[in-house]
Amino acid sequence: MSIDWKQYDSGGFFDELISSPGNARAPARKLANYLASLDEEELEKRRLMAEATIQEMGVSFTVYTEEGNIDRAWPFDLIPRTISRKQWDKTAAGLKQRLRALNMFINDLYHDQNVINDGIIPRHLIENSVNFRPECVGVTPPHGVWAHICGTDLVRDGDGEFYVLEDNLRVPSGVSYMLENRAITKRVLPELFENDNIMPIDDYPAKLFDTLAALSPRQVKQPEIVVLTPGIFNSAYFEHAFLAQQMGAELVEGSDLVVNEDDLVFMRTIDGLTRVDVIYRRIDDLFLDPEVFDKDSVLGVPGLMRAWKAGNVALANAPGAGVADDKVIYAYVPQLIKYYLDEEPLLRNVKTFLCENDEDRAYVLENLDKLVVKPANESGGYGMLVGPHSTKKDQAKFAELIKSNPRNYIAQPTLALSTAPTLVDNNKLEPRHLDLRPFILQGKDVYVTTGGLTRVAMKKGSLVVNSSQGGGSKDTWIVDTEAK
Amino acid sequence: MMLSRVAERIYWAARYLERVENTARLVSVYDNLLFDLPRSVNIGWFNLVIINSGTELFFERYKVQDERNVVKFTLADDTNPSSMLSSLTMLRENIRTARDVLPAEAWELVNELLLFARNDIQQGINRNGRHAFLNGIIEGCQGINGLLLGTMSRDAAWHFMRLGCNLERADMTTRLLDAGAAVLQLSEDNDTTNLPQIVWGNVLRSGSAYMAYRRTMRTAVNGTDVAHFLLGDEHFPRSVSFCLDQISSATARLPSAGKRYSSIKPQLPKHDIRDGYCMSPDFRDYLNDQQLVLAEAHNNIASNWFAHD
Repeated sequence: MSIDWKQYDSGGFFDELISSPGNARAPARKLANYLASLDEEELEKRRLMAEATIQEMGVSFTVYTEEGNIDRAWPFDLIPRTISRKQWDKTAAGLKQRLRALNMFINDLYHDQNVINDGIIPRHLIENSVNFRPECVGVTPPHGVWAHICGTDLVRDGDGEFYVLEDNLRVPSGVSYMLENRAITKRVLPELFENDNIMPIDDYPAKLFDTLAALSPRQVKQPEIVVLTPGIFNSAYFEHAFLAQQMGAELVEGSDLVVNEDDLVFMRTIDGLTRVDVIYRRIDDLFLDPEVFDKDSVLGVPGLMRAWKAGNVALANAPGAGVADDKVIYAYVPQLIKYYLDEEPLLRNVKTFLCENDEDRAYVLENLDKLVVKPANESGGYGMLVGPHSTKKDQAKFAELIKSNPRNYIAQPTLALSTAPTLVDNNKLEPRHLDLRPFILQGKDVYVTTGGLTRVAMKKGSLVVNSSQGGGSKDTWIVDTEAK
Repeated sequence: MMLSRVAERIYWAARYLERVENTARLVSVYDNLLFDLPRSVNIGWFNLVIINSGTELFFERYKVQDERNVVKFTLADDTNPSSMLSSLTMLRENIRTARDVLPAEAWELVNELLLFARNDIQQGINRNGRHAFLNGIIEGCQGINGLLLGTMSRDAAWHFMRLGCNLERADMTTRLLDAGAAVLQLSEDNDTTNLPQIVWGNVLRSGSAYMAYRRTMRTAVNGTDVAHFLLGDEHFPRSVSFCLDQISSATARLPSAGKRYSSIKPQLPKHDIRDGYCMSPDFRDYLNDQQLVLAEAHNNIASNWFAHD
């Protein structure tokens, strides 16, 4: 049986494609009609084609397990997720505003700390932040920008509005999958691109290159840009290689780089040593330089911090940028936007309870079964409690965790995350919850991807979208419904 | 500009690509012989293991030296680092870590080839599907080589590819000759008068050299001329001396400033191949000497461009 949209019901959640059974939203209309025109055999053919394409393109990610690392095929759902261009333009403006404010905030923290002196942010929050790096105080990176690449997670609540869930300012990943998802869809559903005005996304590598090139300490025509990867065993290695290739940059490991006594960075090449200007580093702060941080790190480069502080090499993102990637700081972002930009925030935050405040903590401890509790400094969906899906035992464990370290926990209401039709067993369409991670770049200019990476919780009713925890993904279409 | 580490991975990717194709070719020499030889001739499948220097490992895994075990060991065995499937996996790993300097399609083709090999490996082990399977592998390798030939800039990456490819190819040509010599040495057959012709004909075919040989040598297939052709022909791309020339010319185009070996020009050891020589143990020793020349060339290349000091 082919797809019958009248049979599809999102069960009261806001659905990205369908407004009510049988009725597609404007940007999804052509897509829905087209899918309904495919018979079951054809649909199955396309699904298999997508699977084969992923294997041929070698799109994979690594999962760490007790039996070792497994290189898994990228989980992809054939049905794209659509957003109207009009709504996207508004969202993109909000994302740019947010990153500009966050960068001003980080720069302030490592210099005069006006934001603390003016009483906007409590001093102890910064002093107790595991991501504040005293080593960075007084450093001014090019353009005063610390977080050059940001992945911000957006969700839609029952009211259809986008809310910011978190800002990832350390080493956000996923952009290569956004690009590959589009490449797969073009191969598997080529007909749709003829009739629909789907905005292209493939300028990202060029924009990333421009952003990085603008950071070069040497004013040369072709600065030497490298992508620093922890190596093949990292879960995002595919992405590191992909971005290096797309930008025409070298993909290097720590052992390929060397810092000399003049604090200049070089890479080892077949011609000898070659000067490096910009490093897009995909390893965490603490592994960057064994002279300064983790002494046992073999992933980093001894002397890298010396070279960076001397202004001889640019690091993107700058060390210490993660101080703003803290779920407690997140709660203050709307105030930071007003403080630094004197503007009203264009994007909303999710209501957040800070467990370090007595009143908030009391509320959280009483409502653990309804809230989502997150540690302030984890990523990848680890260490979370999803109240409504948790046991009494889980809740008791989190109550203890919160009481012993309140600074490290926040809680948010469980959102009625939006859904989109997703192909499940037997080629049936069922609603699955999803989020959206756009990527924002800031160097000399600010840029936002057209859409982003849509991540889907493949398990029925689940709200966990992380690929490390069984999440899938969809191509994301920004559709210009007003274009002729 | 190229990282030393990347140069090394490209070089090995090219070697493994060539090794995959040549392992398939080597098995097909034996496979083809089966069609042509009388049952009385023992063609000694186990020679495949000896030629690839795998005797010790083989006996850790198998007791019986029969066709099935030898073919399984040579094509499919994960525990044999020089099995075709192991080489293909290593090819993929090296390309995966050097993807940023290779055409994107190379990565896709390698993935396709590995999928095909893994899915159809049983066809290669069973005698009835073997020919088609080996052909599929050889065609897959040639597809990748064709893509690289048609799309890669002739920069350092290309020259490292050429180095890896030609070193491995020269190595395998000597092994193919050795395979032929070994069959004749061990056959103990004096009835089949045209046995040498059948064996050397298959050695040529497995190197895709049959037509080129006929056109160049203009003579019937015989051991002496086949050896001369596969070792010394100036124009045939799989002959050892052609490969050595390619190695010399590729190394001459790589940066040499401050390098330990300012010129790398491997030469064929002097040889004197006369009638009947190709079936003698001396010939097999001579082929072994050539492998030493190739090993030295590899060491010089590694110390010039891959050293991680």
